[in-house]
Amino acid sequence: MMEGINAKYVSQKISKTRWRPVSSSSLQQPDIFATGSWDNEDNKISIWSIGENGISGLDNEFEGDPQLVCEHKHNGDVLDLQFLDQDRIVTASSTGAVIIFRHHHNSQTLSVSQLWERAHHYPCDNAPCTGIVCNSPEIVTVGEDGRIILFRADQEGVLRTIENADSSTIHDVTFLRTTEILTVNSIGQLKIWDFRQQGNEPSQILSLTGDRVPLHCVDRHPNQQHIVATGGQDGMLCIWDVRQGNMPFSLMEAHSAEMWEVHFHPSNPDHLFSCSEDGSLLHWETSSNSDTPSFLQGGRNTSIVSRSAIAPAGGNQSLISSWLTGDSSKGRLETTHMLPSQTLSVNSLDVLGQCLVCGTDGEAIYVNRRVPI
Amino acid sequence: MEEVDVEPTTTPIPGFDSNQKHLGFVWGPGDILVYETIYKASGGSAGGCPFVHEVRKDEDIYSPILRKLFNESHHIFVGLQRIREDLPMYHVSSLELIWNLCEVLFIDAAPAGSLVLHLLDWVRLHKADVDEKAREVLASESPAEHQAYWDVVISYVLQGRMDEARQVLVKQAALQPAARVMFKLLDNLLMKMPIFNPGETQTLTEFDVKWRHWREEVDHCLQDQSFASNRHLEDICKILVGDEDVLLEYKELLSTWYHFLVTRLLFSHPTVKPTELHYYAQVLTTTLYMIQKPLDSILLAAFEFDIHQVIKDCSIALNNWWFVGHLTDLLDHCKLLQSHNLHFGSNLREFLLLEYASGLFTHHSLWQLAVDYFDHCPEFGRVYLELQIERVPLDTERKALKVIRICEQRQMTEQVRSICKIMAKKALRNNRLGSALSWSIRAKDAAFATLISERFLQDYCAKGTFSDLDLIDNLGPAMLLSDRLTFLGKYREFHRLYGEKRFSDAAKLLLSLMTAKIAPHSFWMTLLTDALPLLEQKEVIFSADQTHELMFCLEELTSGKSVPTPDRPMQVLGYTPPYPLSNVCFPFNLLIHCFIICSNLYSCLARG
Repeated sequence: MMEGINAKYVSQKISKTRWRPVSSSSLQQPDIFATGSWDNEDNKISIWSIGENGISGLDNEFEGDPQLVCEHKHNGDVLDLQFLDQDRIVTASSTGAVIIFRHHHNSQTLSVSQLWERAHHYPCDNAPCTGIVCNSPEIVTVGEDGRIILFRADQEGVLRTIENADSSTIHDVTFLRTTEILTVNSIGQLKIWDFRQQGNEPSQILSLTGDRVPLHCVDRHPNQQHIVATGGQDGMLCIWDVRQGNMPFSLMEAHSAEMWEVHFHPSNPDHLFSCSEDGSLLHWETSSNSDTPSFLQGGRNTSIVSRSAIAPAGGNQSLISSWLTGDSSKGRLETTHMLPSQTLSVNSLDVLGQCLVCGTDGEAIYVNRRVPI
Repeated sequence: MEEVDVEPTTTPIPGFDSNQKHLGFVWGPGDILVYETIYKASGGSAGGCPFVHEVRKDEDIYSPILRKLFNESHHIFVGLQRIREDLPMYHVSSLELIWNLCEVLFIDAAPAGSLVLHLLDWVRLHKADVDEKAREVLASESPAEHQAYWDVVISYVLQGRMDEARQVLVKQAALQPAARVMFKLLDNLLMKMPIFNPGETQTLTEFDVKWRHWREEVDHCLQDQSFASNRHLEDICKILVGDEDVLLEYKELLSTWYHFLVTRLLFSHPTVKPTELHYYAQVLTTTLYMIQKPLDSILLAAFEFDIHQVIKDCSIALNNWWFVGHLTDLLDHCKLLQSHNLHFGSNLREFLLLEYASGLFTHHSLWQLAVDYFDHCPEFGRVYLELQIERVPLDTERKALKVIRICEQRQMTEQVRSICKIMAKKALRNNRLGSALSWSIRAKDAAFATLISERFLQDYCAKGTFSDLDLIDNLGPAMLLSDRLTFLGKYREFHRLYGEKRFSDAAKLLLSLMTAKIAPHSFWMTLLTDALPLLEQKEVIFSADQTHELMFCLEELTSGKSVPTPDRPMQVLGYTPPYPLSNVCFPFNLLIHCFIICSNLYSCLARG
């Protein structure tokens, strides 16, 4: 897991990294990713290439060392970044703006295609936009002002705004269905919003009983719409079944500081990745729910995890269970650190196919092209 | 005051003429603010200038290339504090030169015999042009006739690279078959030159004997005039015996005094001891070469094994503390620095690291690196960090969270509270009550939580409904952070119970809010008023005991002792509400309500 991963120092603190999507039919590995910076006087978004298709530089020391393709100035910190499609990137800015950049492939340049300047705002101050989720051509953004805004790319105005959706900061948002989104906020609540309903009330609110720990990230299971993973200030990873009331499905101690991002692997959702302020990036692997132990299933798991099939009770072990639906408590969970120790905060990660990219406050990007999934 | 070692540099301020006016200034953390005063240089005063100039002292930290260096070295620095690692090569040539020399002399500490070889390696590393020239010569049509041919051969000899010299000489030998014997002779001498091999069992004395023997042989050839017919070959021979005059002739090829020094040592004193180095260096620099550049004096100090002088000279010559800080730290780890105590009590390593880290802290982005450096300065690091961390501008919640995490990890509770309070106030100003509460919970700031609850209650009194129900309904254990917050949560619960028509539960709760002293006195009137609809219900909700308690509360309220004033709870906190509380609390209404309540209470008692 450590082989094939090297740091590339890029002279800017990286707040977000995202792979450009590859078409689902092709079996290609991703070769282009975008990054956003933060805490600079002049922030930028940049496009990088690691493949043969990309532009290789002169001092290509390591195989697949990312090469800069193009970049563009960004006003404010890049607090979120998503690819809308192959050509367009949406960013959330600390100024409260939502910006769409277009990547021109022939000239290899970036330009601003659309700008909603103070989409998120306070009456007097700026309110940072903190999260974006896209389902082309729709874009949903959330911010410190507690608003949820629905845009349509190519339409100038705002499609819909849910004012005062939250009295605290909304940190992240994800689609549950095409008409339903889920947000997480800084008082530890998950809220589900149904766009088919008018009004400014969520259709459901879930939260952990106990301390109201701020939640920073959320991701939905790629195949099962009712399963989401969240991470927050205390570094705990929670898996929720939103149909089932107020208790998370499982709680796992993951990191010793804020968890900034959590991602299910898009094509292999037995794998989950999380990164944190404590400088670690974890790869979680669960085996599928089955009465047959995995080593008898043949071909699935090459490594045999020597854990007892029943989750250990008590002590300081957290609840361990498979996060797929089902009633089995015979799940197994393997966790691997993917980075050498002693990095500053890992702010962002993205995983697609066998490739993983992440960015840190140590002004470094790490790319791993052989993620064992 | 100490003498100045070098002339300080002058930075002209645009638009300012020092002959006309006096300049005023004030120090900042990493810069100086400068302004033109009204005082004329010639005496008297005149109109002032509205501009204030900011003069930054360190341009280096804004260079993108150096940023990579800072991040990489930070990574290594942190690792070094735990274990010693191999140093990377840095791509800035003078720094590299100094660093490598320090490695050879201080860290590897090569003994006599190996010392010269290591120094040769050091020289070769930094004189790459010889190989380039050689390639050019050998690639040409007739290498032996190339104008740089002999330069190449001699340069190789001067660097002790005998094999390469021989390979190039072969070309010349081929051209002059008549002189074949002479070339063969020189080739032989070059081949047989003894090189000390530390791995072998040969002692230094044995090597010395061998070397002297070989040297005599070379000298013999010179006396014999064996190379008289070819000036170049004769020069090479003279170099081999360490003839200084010939070496001087090739001063240009040697180009620097330290190359000269090492070459001379190679051919005259290959068994030189580290302690003798400085003597040879000094002789050289006082007679043959002039020490001009700061680089030269740094290298000379290194040859003299004066570590402190090296550090001092580096500090003056370089305009950034990066190099010196890391070098000193490394030397300190090798236990090479005696604790050189400066007059304010911190040792040299710490002083330099503090300077470096403070410089980093002024950078809008590199401040995070500085934290680790402060951590490893045992005496003053923490104090420096405490002072600096509060100055980091907090534009977004995310940045504030990172700063707070740094403080929490180091038990800097004061700073945590202060930052959370700043963020909470900002949230409150923008009417983000949930965010404000979130910050108060993080800081465990009961006072601020009380403030937020007061805001909610004010809103309620003003509008008659609660805002941000999603927050109040879901407070959870955070409710216990402050009494006022608890009250808020419970009061909302009362409304919910009432709405669900669970009247007896609602009544019990309402009463407990007053009797358990959770409710602030200013709110009792509101609570008693809320009790009215319960009292007016057909079925009896309040028991006799409960009714008595209600009356007791009313009495307490109306007696002189605790007449509620609208602003009292606020004044306790030192906070003035922006708008007056609702007229429920006006004394006039107070009496009316008392009357209504009393009559209801008595009618209840009569019934029950």
